[in-house]
Amino acid sequence: MAQKKEDVDKFLKESGLDTAREKEIGQHIGYRYDVNLVPDYGRVTPFLKKYMEIMGWDDLNWLEDVHMGYEEGRAAVFDRNINGWVTVPPNIKLPDNQQDRDMIARELLIKFQMSKKHPMVDLNKAYRKF
Amino acid sequence: MALRTKSHDMGMHTEKLSGRTQQRFFSPEEEENFTYPGAYDVDFNKRAEFDAANLSTSEINLKLRELMKAGNGTIVMKNPGAKHALAVGILNRLHLHVEGSLGYFGCGLIDGPNIHIKGRVGWSCGENMLAGTVVIEKNAGSTFGAAIRGGDLVCKGDVGARMGIDMKGGTILVGGRCGAFCGFMMQRGRMVVLGDAGKNLGDSMYDGTIYVGGKIEGLGVDAVPGEMTDLDCHWLERKLKQYDMKAPNGVKNMTKIVAGKQLWNYDNLEPSEKKLIL
Repeated sequence: MAQKKEDVDKFLKESGLDTAREKEIGQHIGYRYDVNLVPDYGRVTPFLKKYMEIMGWDDLNWLEDVHMGYEEGRAAVFDRNINGWVTVPPNIKLPDNQQDRDMIARELLIKFQMSKKHPMVDLNKAYRKF
Repeated sequence: MALRTKSHDMGMHTEKLSGRTQQRFFSPEEEENFTYPGAYDVDFNKRAEFDAANLSTSEINLKLRELMKAGNGTIVMKNPGAKHALAVGILNRLHLHVEGSLGYFGCGLIDGPNIHIKGRVGWSCGENMLAGTVVIEKNAGSTFGAAIRGGDLVCKGDVGARMGIDMKGGTILVGGRCGAFCGFMMQRGRMVVLGDAGKNLGDSMYDGTIYVGGKIEGLGVDAVPGEMTDLDCHWLERKLKQYDMKAPNGVKNMTKIVAGKQLWNYDNLEPSEKKLIL
């Protein structure tokens, strides 16, 4: 099965309701990006290299599963810790390929999760047991 | 209850959660942080050892926490005695060396540490693992990496049945063989088995990729062969090299299994369509 060449902006430009079934239920079926796309390590950003070094990892580890997704017509990255999407700031220009977009998404997600303003910080204060 | 009062005082039960972007909390220009707020500041060069022989499960896990709090970034646990639920819930950068075997549910819910286990592990090692690496030198029991979300879970020996059941991300590497129903209801992530795989491999998988170096006893419902790409081969070579592992016949000759995606949106299929798939 040859890799399909999808339009990288597909979910920014349209609803993603392609099949009759999707139109019927008004919902896109499946992920909005290729979850099986493995990272191209030639495109790792300096920030991510530093993160890997600090964590003592030889590769992106869990970030291999982080991709740039699209939510309500905007580029976004999914944060599993809040079970929600974090939209990419509008001043960040999106590259023309998914691999570079994924690297930006990984970098933004780390910055968001490790931020002292992350919603989990308050939840931790409220519910931490020990 | 005191905890409920605290969260109510913080306004967590009155704020509107719908229709807002999480971006309001976040500025990409703010100070760079690489670890969770509240994580222990540890140094990989600061090393500590302890003997777990006469400690209970809770005492061992608390000991690990105390040692991290003291700044130890490398910890050696001796004589774990195959006790259950050891090294769980570690949300920190850490190098942990376990000199022995673990029982059930070892290394569950970890987010960040690198754990090396010299012996074997029981059922459900690395269950719900979020990030980090776990390397087991010998064999692992059933439901290895159940519902794993991220990170690398490596077993250099053989693994039991239902490995990676409900896996939602991450990578599971097996140097030997694996049992039946591995990758059952897999949703994403990658599973690599260098030896033979048991029957019903990838049954009802939604997405994700399985690579097998040996023979496959049988594929499950909606698991179909996929085509190896150059990106797959490069990724496999790099990942296996990282853990001193090698595909017996080369990565190019491994079998790739992916989801047929016929089960997607199953509830909305017509009965006749369901019969065709099952």
